[in-house]
Parts: sequence; structure tokens; C-alpha cells
Amino acid sequence: MVRLNKLKDQQGIIFNLLYSVVAIVIALLLGGILIYLSGHDPGKAYYHLVYGAFGNSYNLAQTLLNSTPLIFTGLAVAIGFQSGLFNIGGEGQLYWGALATAVTALTFPHLPGLILLPLALLAGALAGGCWGVIPGYLKARTGAHEVITTIMLNYIAILATTFLLRNYYKEAGPVDQTPLIAESARMAELIPFTRLSWAIFLGLAVVVLSDYLLKKTSIGYDIQAVGKNSAAAEYAGISVPGIYILTMGFSGAVAGLTGSTLVLGLFNRFITNFSPGYGFTGIAVAVLGRNRPWGVLLAALLFGALEAGGMSMQLYARIPADLMRIIQGLVILLVAAPAFIQLLVGSLLNRPGGGAK
Amino acid sequence: MNELLALIFNLNTLAAALRMATPLALAAMGGAFSERAGIINLGLEGLILTGAFAGVLGSYYSSLPWLGVLLAMIAGGGFAALFALFTIRFKADQVVAGVGLNMLALGLTTWLMQVLWGSRGSSPNVNGLPEITIPLLGRLPFVKVFFIEQSPLVLIMLVVIIAGWYLLFKTPLGLRIRMTGDHPTAADTVGINVRAIQYFCVIFSGVLAGLGGAYLSLGHLNWFSVNMSAGRGYMALAANIFGQWNPLGGFAASLLFSFTDAVQMRLQGLNLSIANELIQMLPYLLTIVVLAGAVLRSRPPEALGKQNQGGDE
Repeated sequence: MVRLNKLKDQQGIIFNLLYSVVAIVIALLLGGILIYLSGHDPGKAYYHLVYGAFGNSYNLAQTLLNSTPLIFTGLAVAIGFQSGLFNIGGEGQLYWGALATAVTALTFPHLPGLILLPLALLAGALAGGCWGVIPGYLKARTGAHEVITTIMLNYIAILATTFLLRNYYKEAGPVDQTPLIAESARMAELIPFTRLSWAIFLGLAVVVLSDYLLKKTSIGYDIQAVGKNSAAAEYAGISVPGIYILTMGFSGAVAGLTGSTLVLGLFNRFITNFSPGYGFTGIAVAVLGRNRPWGVLLAALLFGALEAGGMSMQLYARIPADLMRIIQGLVILLVAAPAFIQLLVGSLLNRPGGGAK
Repeated sequence: MNELLALIFNLNTLAAALRMATPLALAAMGGAFSERAGIINLGLEGLILTGAFAGVLGSYYSSLPWLGVLLAMIAGGGFAALFALFTIRFKADQVVAGVGLNMLALGLTTWLMQVLWGSRGSSPNVNGLPEITIPLLGRLPFVKVFFIEQSPLVLIMLVVIIAGWYLLFKTPLGLRIRMTGDHPTAADTVGINVRAIQYFCVIFSGVLAGLGGAYLSLGHLNWFSVNMSAGRGYMALAANIFGQWNPLGGFAASLLFSFTDAVQMRLQGLNLSIANELIQMLPYLLTIVVLAGAVLRSRPPEALGKQNQGGDE
């Protein structure tokens, strides 16, 4: 029985993977049509897209660099989803994470890196986690829909961190940013001149950890039970409100680490409005990754590749990189509607045979 | 202090608030229709953006701003039809599809702008809608500021909101819509075509959001700029909840939100040492407070966001 379930599970994963691949292919085809209609050569464009993402070690590093924040935000959304919650608040949580990390690093500049780095990361995770707990608590106690509360909390977080920065932590000068953090607090570059730091390994570690947490621990079991059927879980003695709060805490902490790693590994300071929407792209990453940690990793790598490749496409083929946003949007829409892909693939397969039903 | 208050809280601030409330209230009414029929339309943000872009596109090629407004409504409705197809026909998760739609709209408008006009900042100036003065109302004391040199879309919004409220609460169709969102299975049993109602409501919400977008690009300004909606779709969703899924309530909430915005701008202009970030936070905080049921019991349509199983395939 167990083996049968496992087999079913594996089949499910393969089907999901297949759907995702088909969705990506359709989105790229539609993107190609747009490129063609705008008077460019899709072949040339996609050559630069692929080369820009994987062509040489520098380009590959850019792909990984772009993937790193998406691993964290994607995981944050996926973790929330495991208990049936939609955490759209990654954006706000990562701002708090970034500010807390930067402030910690600035407050203790003389601590050795071995202590300061974990401390700064912990501060970021805690700050993001606390911000995540708020919608979790509101959902658990009042039933307030987390989609709306997290969106509102995003705005509040961005405004609040800007307020705190401007009034307490701002470096003198025209730009709204903190001073640079101490050298000892920075995450080292993996490959010189690529700006890729070992934050990506932290991302990998969080993937492994969340996979373990969800699959092998009783908390993970409870979280999934609530996500599958909260009424049944409650009947089985699981505290549903407790799980909501806990999951949103985890989710927020992981989102907070997005900000932490960007501060420690890339900017080396907190800057207002630094995120181009990592929290929102994380939703797309989680959807494409089917809310499974390893799936999120793959999806984040793909989106990172699209970002990096999109830049080179813009540079060498003169096609606006915003095309990647179109492709990402199409991928989400298509992945969200497997029934559409089934219909499409079904009709394509049936047509040549004629009446194959 | 009194002078200061008078400077902030006067009819001009209120008039500014009314103007800024226009796209919010229209999209919030769209949200009300969509959610009353059981569909969470997170795509309002993208639909406003699409409308704003299509409005400028129409005016750019025809030089007729009203044709732009029409195109904005068609584009908003068209995009919403796509959203409806995915969520209703293909049973895509409504929130996920909404997020996807927003990304698609942002990417498509930004990309098209560069392809058509070669700029990533903003479009060329186009013919905007001329401001109008209502003959009689424009002479009344006090309220005349609302009717002198006003964008016609502001006035249209007021009419649309009242009509929308009437449609939703005083007509048989409105009853059917509300029943669809509350008890789709029961609605199906009594012979209501649940899917048709849902398609209608979602597409209608797109038309409204598109009209709201047209106000941004043809009424308020006369060009399109990147991500012009700037979160108004999400604010509209909040205004809709704040307004208890009622177009009139949504309008009142939009007015409240944009009033805090107008006050905040005014304060910024006066260069006082009040942190405007904190004032800007107010609408968002208020929404959370309302949503948490602290002020009044908020009751969403019962089957909101649930995949409706009723009706024949």
C-alpha cells in the first residue's frame, strides 16, 4: 500500500513536471510570436536568451545571482501554501528582514564575522517571521483573509522601513540608504566580479531544511494536514489556529532571509525600495514549483535564467527585457490551469488520428 | 493651528480626493460585482493598467480621447474575459490566476510601450479628455468646486456607482448575482445560470477597471507611464471589502483612502515635520482593522473563491 502510494506520488510529480514544461514551452512560443510581430528574429532573440543565461561562467553566475532571492521568496510562498495559506506578504517581510539585518550589522561592527553574520541573518529571519505572524494571527483569530491583509502589510512594511531609515539610520547624503556595513559582515563573492555570493548555498540549505521539515517531522505533517482539510485536522486534534500562526511565522522568516541575503551579499546596506517585486515573483516561482521545496528551487533557477537571459537579449537583440515578465505571467496562468493544457494537448494528439476517442 | 486645519481640510482637498477616488471607486465596484458572484478578482490591478494603456493607444491613433475610453473598456473587458475563462472554465486558482494576469498586464504594457514608442518611461502626450463645467451645479455655493472644470469621467463614475448599486441590490439580476456568490448550488437548483452570471460579472469588472484606468491616462494625465496603476487595483480590492461588497460603500472607502492621500500630499507641500509615511499608512491600517472585524462585522459572499461545482460542464 505504501509502495503504491509512493508510485502514485512519483507519477504525480512526473505529470506535474510535464505540465510545467508544456506551460513553459507554450509561453515561450507565444513570446516568440510577439518578438516576430515586433519585427525581430525570434531565433536570434532566444539564442541570446539562452546564451545570456548559460553561455559562460559569468552568465551562469548571473542566472544564479538572479535566482537566489527567488529561492527564498518562492519557498516562503510554498511553505504558507502547505497549510492552505496564501502569503502574498513576502515583499513586506523581506523589507523587514533587510532592515533588521542591516541594523544588526551596523550596530555590532566589531564582532567577528563568524558571530556577526549568523546574528544578522537571525535578526532578518526573526523580523520577517514576526511580520508574517501578524496575518497568521489575524487569520487564526478573526478569519481575516490573508491575501488582503498581507497585501496591506506589504505597503505598511515598505512605508515603515522607509520611515525608520529616514529618521534613524540614514547615511548623510541624497540617497535614502544606510551606511555600508562592515567588511566582516559581508557574504563573500563566490566568483570574482560576478557579485554572486554564497547566499545561494544558504538558499539551498533552506530548501533541504524545509523539505525535511515538511516531510519528516510531525509539525510538517500537521501543517500539511491543515492544508489538505482543516476541518478534519481540527477533528484529529491539531490546533488549526496554532498551525496558521506557526506556518506564517516560518514563511515570513524565509522571506525575511531574502532581504538579509541581499543586504549581506549584494548591496552591503539597506536601501529604500530596493526590491523589484521579489515577493510577487516568488508567488510565480511557488506556483510553477508546485509548492514543493525542490520544485521551487527548479522554478527559481528557471526564472533567474529568464531574468539574466532577458538582460542579454535586450542588450544584443534589442528586445525589451520586459518580454520576460510577459512569459512569466503566461507561465503562471498556464500552470494554474492544467485543464487548459490537458485540453490543448488532448486536441493536438487526437487530431491526426481522427476520432481517437 | 486652526488656520492649518483650514488649509488642509477644505473643499479643494475634498475635490482632489474625489478626483483621485475615481479609478479606485470604479475598480472597487468591479471587485464588488466579481466577488458578489464568487470570484476573487486579484487581477484588478492589471486590468486598470491595461485600461490606462489602451486608452492612450486609442487616443494616440485616432486623436479621439473618447475612442480611447471605449478601447480601455473593451481591453479591460477582454482581459477579464481571459481571466474568467481560466478561472471558471479551466478552474484555475483565482488568486494565482490574478497574480498571473497582473504580471502579464505589466509585462505587456511595458513591452508594447517600448515597441510602439521606443521609450520605457512614458508614452508621448495624447489628446486627453477636456474638462467640463456642469451649467447649473457649477453655480451652486460650496459644492460648485466639484462641478467646475471637472473631468467628465469623475461625473460618469458617480452615475455608474449609483447605477451599479441599483443593479446589484434592486433588480432581479442583482439578486441572482448575490445568490451566485452566496449559494451557487442553490442558485443552480433554482435555474440560475451560475456560469453565465460569473462570466458577466468578471467581464463587467474588467470593463469598470478599464474605465478607471482610462481616467488615469486620459482624465488625470494625458499619457501612459510604466506601471501607472501603482497598486490601485489592490487598494480597490481593499476599498471593496471596506465598503462591504457594495458599490456605494466601495465609493465611500475610496473617497476615504484618497482623502488621506490628498491630505498627505498637502502636508508634504507645507513642509511640516510630520512623517508623511505614517499618514500614508492609514488606509492600509484601516483596511486591516476593518477586515479583522474590529469595527464592523465584515461578511464576504459565502462561496467566495470556492470552486463552484454546480452547473453542467
